[in-house]
Amino acid sequence: MKNTGAVFWKQAKDTLKNKTILIQFIMFPMLAVVMEYFMKIEGMPEHFFVKMFSAMYVGMAPLVSMAAVLAEEKEMCTLKILMMSDVKPFEYLLGTGSCIWAACMLGSCVFGLAGEYQGKLFLAFLLIMAVGTAASILIGAAIGTWSRNQMMATSIGVPAMLFFSFLPMLSNFNETIGRIAKVTYSEQVSLLINGLGQRSAGFENIAVLFLNIAAAFGCFALAYRRCGLG
Amino acid sequence: MRKMEENEAELRMRKVGKMEMTKKEDGRTVTQTAAGHIIELTDVVQRFGEKDVLKDITLRVESGEIFGLLGPSGAGKTTIIKIVTGQLRPTEGNAVTNGVPADKMTGKAYRRIGMMMDVPGLYERLSCYDNLKLFARLYAVKEKRIREVLEKVGLLEAARRPVEKLSKGMKGRLALARAVMNEPDILFLDEPTSGLDPATANRIHELILEEQAKGTTVFLTTHNMAEAEKLCRHIALLHEGNIIEYGGPEEICRRYNHKKQILVRLYDGRTMVCPYDRKAGGDKETAEMIRQYLESGMVETIHSTEPSLETVFMELTGKKLC
Repeated sequence: MKNTGAVFWKQAKDTLKNKTILIQFIMFPMLAVVMEYFMKIEGMPEHFFVKMFSAMYVGMAPLVSMAAVLAEEKEMCTLKILMMSDVKPFEYLLGTGSCIWAACMLGSCVFGLAGEYQGKLFLAFLLIMAVGTAASILIGAAIGTWSRNQMMATSIGVPAMLFFSFLPMLSNFNETIGRIAKVTYSEQVSLLINGLGQRSAGFENIAVLFLNIAAAFGCFALAYRRCGLG
Repeated sequence: MRKMEENEAELRMRKVGKMEMTKKEDGRTVTQTAAGHIIELTDVVQRFGEKDVLKDITLRVESGEIFGLLGPSGAGKTTIIKIVTGQLRPTEGNAVTNGVPADKMTGKAYRRIGMMMDVPGLYERLSCYDNLKLFARLYAVKEKRIREVLEKVGLLEAARRPVEKLSKGMKGRLALARAVMNEPDILFLDEPTSGLDPATANRIHELILEEQAKGTTVFLTTHNMAEAEKLCRHIALLHEGNIIEYGGPEEICRRYNHKKQILVRLYDGRTMVCPYDRKAGGDKETAEMIRQYLESGMVETIHSTEPSLETVFMELTGKKLC
């Protein structure tokens, strides 16, 4: 716990000074707030931008951040130093992952407030974002673990991020894409957010979300077995 | 001739009760000491694919000494450090560090060693203070220790400066500060002064000697002869995965002093060569010669002709060390 706390503290400090990561956490919530209040188009569904950007945020920010942080630590040999200071791999992942998760949840709060969710709806919104963020962090961890350096992490992470973050938006315009997108967590996050206050989460939504988490964990375990962290 | 010298060295060591010896058997190098060993490598072979990077290395490091592993780039120095710190499992043989098999080192064992590797492994965006604070938290060391070690390495004024704004020498000193923060039993330093200016290198030498004075064993790799001669009690010369020589730096130089001459430089510009091989019975004559020069007030300098470690390495391998 002590080690996890230390890694969390380090990651929080580093994130505040890492503009490329910080922008991931700030960009979408800011865009959502700005567009929500300044873009008024007739016939546009209520809180359209909040709903669209929050699903994109889940698919983008945690995935890219986690992959980038892990790959940078590997490239700079800081991860090796941590491992040799008695930090266990799960402590490192828990510390880093929970910091990124917390940062994303702060962004989610901004989305929630901009979407004017209140009471139980606000909590339900945060819960959906929390589960989606966890899946995204696991995918990012798998990519970061697999990658030897930041360049490799970027070349794998960017297509993965584009796939998961843009799929919910594209599925709005194309039924075929929509059918395929249903098996991804980001689309399920989008569906659940769009259905907030109208219908409760069904078995399919929850099953797909948890299957995605299980698959992401499997990918991470595979990457960890093959490449390790040190 | 060589065999005779080795036997002599063995005898000399036995006399002082250290039981140290350097033997060569069928091209194999074995280096042993019988005193309290804190690091032991026994018959270590390391292969990467088809390439033998280390060939049957046996090596002992005594507790509390500064031990230097010398060799050119690619000789296998970093591979040995990786093996004794448990980062690499040897293909054959075994390594024991601080009483623990190196490939089974756990967190507790790691807490008792400090490392400064070839790459500093610092968080570039964090300040010097925050870099050390992270490790203070991991080692459960009080925060006042951070200021102590920063002061020791001369970085107290730069404590709040981000690492990315430090010079290479300052980064090296910060990495050293991190390595000594938990007051380790063993300090592993992989080329600690490589690429540093003489003043910074000197500062690092002082810090290494301070740590040793406190009882820390220092295992350092270098290709800097002067550094090894200045700091190390024992050194091993590593070449193409073999230890080709082992002993105290001065002792090794003496062992390869084939000329056995004293050079007397006179004020008139002449250099007189005086042989002093005791076995050949030349000592009395040489002493008389030097006495006469000294009495006549003509002597500017007197030097013996022991080779430098660099020369010894070249004699053994036919190559330069760096």
